[in-house]
Amino acid sequence: MREVAIISYVQTPMRRDAGANNDVEMLMPTLQEALSNVGMTHKDIDFTCSGSCDYLGGAAFAFVSAVDALGAVPAIAESHVEMDAAWALYEAWLKIQCGKADTALVYGFGKSSHANLPNVLSLQMDPYSVQPLWPDSISMAALQARALLESGKCSERDMAEVVANSRRNAKSNPKAQLKGDFTVDQLLREPTFVSPLRKHDCCPITDGASVMILAVREKAEKFCKRPAFITGIDHRIDAHGLGLRDLTVSESTRIAGEKAGANKGPIDVAELYAPFSHQELILRDALGLDATKTKINPSGGALAGHVFMACGLDRIGAVATRIINGEANRGVAHATSGPCLQQNLVAVLEG
Amino acid sequence: MSQADDVLRAEFDLEFTYTRTTGPIIGRFLTELRDGKLVGIKAKDGRVLCPPQEYDPVTAEDLDEFVDLAETGVVTTWCWVKEPRKKHLLQKPFAWALIKVDGADTSMLHAIDAGSESAMKTGMKVKVRWAAERVGRITDIACFEPA
Amino acid sequence: MSDEKPMVEGFEAPISLHYTFAAGHAISKFLHSIKEGKIVGQRSPKTGKVIVPPRGSCPETGVPTTEEVTLPDTGTVITFTVIHIPIPNNPIKPPFIVANICLDESDQTFIHLVSDCKNEEVQIGTRVKAVWKDPAEWDYSMDNIKYFKPLDEAPVDIEKLKAERLKAVEKYRHA
Repeated sequence: MREVAIISYVQTPMRRDAGANNDVEMLMPTLQEALSNVGMTHKDIDFTCSGSCDYLGGAAFAFVSAVDALGAVPAIAESHVEMDAAWALYEAWLKIQCGKADTALVYGFGKSSHANLPNVLSLQMDPYSVQPLWPDSISMAALQARALLESGKCSERDMAEVVANSRRNAKSNPKAQLKGDFTVDQLLREPTFVSPLRKHDCCPITDGASVMILAVREKAEKFCKRPAFITGIDHRIDAHGLGLRDLTVSESTRIAGEKAGANKGPIDVAELYAPFSHQELILRDALGLDATKTKINPSGGALAGHVFMACGLDRIGAVATRIINGEANRGVAHATSGPCLQQNLVAVLEG
Repeated sequence: MSQADDVLRAEFDLEFTYTRTTGPIIGRFLTELRDGKLVGIKAKDGRVLCPPQEYDPVTAEDLDEFVDLAETGVVTTWCWVKEPRKKHLLQKPFAWALIKVDGADTSMLHAIDAGSESAMKTGMKVKVRWAAERVGRITDIACFEPA
Repeated sequence: MSDEKPMVEGFEAPISLHYTFAAGHAISKFLHSIKEGKIVGQRSPKTGKVIVPPRGSCPETGVPTTEEVTLPDTGTVITFTVIHIPIPNNPIKPPFIVANICLDESDQTFIHLVSDCKNEEVQIGTRVKAVWKDPAEWDYSMDNIKYFKPLDEAPVDIEKLKAERLKAVEKYRHA
């Protein structure tokens, strides 16, 4: 196995609406910064892979316009996943493992402000027996939240605590969208939104873009003083039907964590892509995290800002940044896709 | 194009007119719905799956043994939609629920016209409210209601 | 199960999603200008080439374009095809021409209609000029230009045109 590390990561400020700033305009300065942070130009990149969702822009092949930000003349080796960029990172990592590249550029982006995201996500569901009902993503998460509450595995206070922690941690994240000091009691006084979820239990709508650069050890050490090495990475998927699985656990996360070797060492920091507060509790459990030993979502997590299609990459980036800065030695990052944590990726990073 | 807050914005609707073909398993399920009946399918371990799956969720083998089910079921989890979206089946507050139809071992998703959130409870019994006109779609079940 | 009624083999599943799309900086500038009847492209600071409509980046180098360049509404047909089916909501009658047109003083083609001509007389290199709608109807839209109409000029050699343009932008190159 080749040793692959993350050497650079930049994200745009996470905003409710990026206004007159299209995908390419959000990406260009972010790409330039990610490259110049390590003294690279796009000519140093062997392979590029991005993650995005055409349904956010409402146009087939919408992602192709982003290639304008790459300077693709002469032609470059490029690929795309219609998924969160964490999976674009997985593809780039594979490309490097196969020896077809030594460096890779990964990016994720999207303007959720253009679309009605909960409706768009209902299109993920079974086209025969579920999608024609137009079940939005918030309602589906609410079904899971109630199942978790009624199983006794968590309480409404636990969910509110996840939110309070997110808002407080986000205060030290200059890119975060939602931050502040809230008490659990304050949060519990808010009315329900899609019961049992309250508005604050749901991640916000966010526009943004994120860029990351990977390199094999020899190149990584040339461009970066303390690269964050990916010592394990795996992704698994659960059955599609919501009624076919136990929504109070995430088996796919547990297995991915095991295969990635998450618990083979101490976990200084864990960033979990939990778009709904109750899901952070399910994920902590699936990965066997001990909140007294591990900093969980110090960036604020998805609840502090949710660039759909980059949020998973952002969790990996948040852990990588702490390792590169020397604030942590070993961390675990998680990304999810699909309704109610159906598909999950776990990456283990070490300095 | 309209201009407010200095940003040019254009509203549009993206539309696709898809026709889904069903195959023998989903086709049978929808045909039975058209005829006013719910059916499940037997998995290799003997569990009855509803809605029916074409392949066993554990072993991936082909499935073909259908089982007649009742028109009633039990709520296994639910949520309350105070403000329905334009596309939702019901345009008044309703519950989404996972419902284990009597005779099945897995749950199906549908809406429940319960009237109020206080009428909803995990474990409650519900029954199908059939659509006046049925054509072979999941919406032949207009929704479920408390039984 | 009934033997009389046929088995369900399919059902209609129409998808409809609503969007509110916000135009980026570069295209917004273009749309504001076209509302006033002006075509404005942007120049790449690296290659010196002018892109219209501008999307904010130089596709060859990935750097932002910022210098605005007002362009004439005349250009050259680089390639084209003849369409025999109507466009919904457009009065143009088939058969009509859809062409890749390169405006004078710019370096990237865009698609538009070519009309008010004998289709057989249009060729690669045909010189064209925009035919605009009544100014009272102008909006933030490329279709303020109804179509392009061939000029009474000899067709040009597009390879020569390309070479001339590369020379013309040399003084703006900072690659």
